Amino acid sequence: MNAPFSTHDGIAAPFLFDNVDTDQIIPSREMKSVSKTGLAGGLFAGQRYISGRIENPDFILNQPEYRDATILVSGKNFGCGSSREHAVWALKEYGFRVVIAESFGEIFYNNCVRNGILPIQLSKDVIAGLKRGVRIDLAAQTVDAKKFEIAEGDKAMLVGGLDPIAMTLEDEDVISAHFARDARARPWLY
Amino acid sequence: MAQTVFDKLWDLHRIKSLENGEDLIAIDRVFLHERTGSVALMSLLDAGRKPRNPKNVFCTMDHIVSTKSDRGENSSRTPDGGVFITATRAAAKATGINLIDVLDPNQGIVHVISPELGIAQPGLTLVCPDSHTCSQGALGALAWGIGSTDAEHAIVTGALRVKKPLQMRIGIQGLLSPGVTAKDMALHIIQTLGASGAKRCAVEYTGEAVQALSIEERLTLCNMAVEFSAFTAIIAPDDKTADYLKGRRFAPDDPNWNAALGHWQTLTSDEAALYDFDITFNAKDIVPTVTWGTSPAQAAAITGTVPARSKTSAKALDYMGLKGGEIVSDLTIQGAFIGSCTNARISDIRAAAAILKNRKVADGVTAICVPGSMSVRREAEAEGLDEIFKQAGFTWGAAGCAFCFYAGGETFPPESRVISSTNRNFEGRQGPGVRTHLASPAVVAASAVAGKISVPIAEDTT
Repeated sequence: MNAPFSTHDGIAAPFLFDNVDTDQIIPSREMKSVSKTGLAGGLFAGQRYISGRIENPDFILNQPEYRDATILVSGKNFGCGSSREHAVWALKEYGFRVVIAESFGEIFYNNCVRNGILPIQLSKDVIAGLKRGVRIDLAAQTVDAKKFEIAEGDKAMLVGGLDPIAMTLEDEDVISAHFARDARARPWLY
Repeated sequence: MAQTVFDKLWDLHRIKSLENGEDLIAIDRVFLHERTGSVALMSLLDAGRKPRNPKNVFCTMDHIVSTKSDRGENSSRTPDGGVFITATRAAAKATGINLIDVLDPNQGIVHVISPELGIAQPGLTLVCPDSHTCSQGALGALAWGIGSTDAEHAIVTGALRVKKPLQMRIGIQGLLSPGVTAKDMALHIIQTLGASGAKRCAVEYTGEAVQALSIEERLTLCNMAVEFSAFTAIIAPDDKTADYLKGRRFAPDDPNWNAALGHWQTLTSDEAALYDFDITFNAKDIVPTVTWGTSPAQAAAITGTVPARSKTSAKALDYMGLKGGEIVSDLTIQGAFIGSCTNARISDIRAAAAILKNRKVADGVTAICVPGSMSVRREAEAEGLDEIFKQAGFTWGAAGCAFCFYAGGETFPPESRVISSTNRNFEGRQGPGVRTHLASPAVVAASAVAGKISVPIAEDTT
């Protein structure tokens, strides 16, 4: 279960690169245990640290004014690459609630929604105009005053903090009926 | 109404349409691996849930297993990685799913062994918490990559809530020129369309050049669909698909074979079917292609040049240690890797061996070959190909993802230039500071011998 998402006021950290892949968000070497937690320290490890855990002062999240950012802002195709949900778990554990980008890797986008992180797609121009402090209203679908689009299903999942597995289990009867019917039509699959 | 093969598969699996615009899609098979599947299984157990049908769930160990030939059942290539192996094994046993363990003779990379074992088949849905699951669309399956939470969802419920993607047809007219491979096709398409060129689209590959590909080559082509943001890729099944599957362990057998075959023959796109995007390539325009940058879309002809420095290329050029404007085939290399779900099947191993026969890897080049599955490894060894690799100076490994990505542990040194038959050239993908150039296995082999990126020339047997 995720906390329901309604509105969020936070600091937006600009990380304005295209094609930020999930290997960058959480390098594989930082996935040290079979767990959804313990990942925040590895977030952006390749760029955040000079070596070991010595911080790189140039990295956006190490700059004092963005250290407490809860909104990450990026370019095209954010979260492309590996399906590792660890990228989202690391962002969430670090404290991010929202990722704003020009576009997203599809698996990453879905992983955000499954974990209560709001992914927002905005145009380059609107992104360029964002200030450090940003207000997001999911019900109204606005970032400050600018509208954004989100699929109805994804919005409902985030607003309600819903558990999609529990929702699908409520359809067990139609799922069973489907497989029974398909087993007659395509017995080689069963 | 005229339908695409994707429409037909979607409709076959749509249990119901949900009010929010998503569909509830039946999932026939789930594949897992120890890196992201482990956490799905443990989350499921923690929640007190059970697999709906454990016999339709398969799990392999591929991502962080040791690829040394003398590995043990818990040997990992990463520091402390053994915990992923032991936890996955325990969770697989606790849930009763099919486990293809480290020392199982069928062990290998998920997208290599799923077709090999006949698990991926035309007409079924298959998901895996791995982005390269799109590979398996090469068999005419509706297969796509998901996250660990969705994997748990599919295992528990037998279904997923998915919004139907848009559709893109990529037709490749004519036939490839000699020496041009499915890998070159993939890189050429990604280079042309860009790293988000098929955003939210299911891609269907069609045309003479695609039909002419073997199933293994089709797997390579479909493998890289995620690298231009496709939801998945699919190739309608044909006689080659049926021939490939016949007799495989999980493929249909008598008395169902003929019925399955009849069904598969219906899984083609109707002539009048409409796509949201329709793109045509001419096979003759595709040449051996190598990436120069840090996105698979940053690619060039092997005989061409690295682009000039610009605002958009500077970051990638800096990482890659390039000024801009270099001739691709002048770049000296320190590493060569043949492996991964993209290019480590038997035809890939054979193509590289044909180049390596009676040749030696250049001084200063670390060369490694890791077959995609233990079955591929055995087949190669039966043909004596391992000896060709070893005599050339390649390390010959046991199956796994290996040097496709760095997870801690052994890799190439920082700032080394590596030619690789894999799928991602992201910053740090093969190790901190490692500069990856993606190419076909033949180009990797030729480059290893020359010590620089090189066009393959087969052994002179005269």
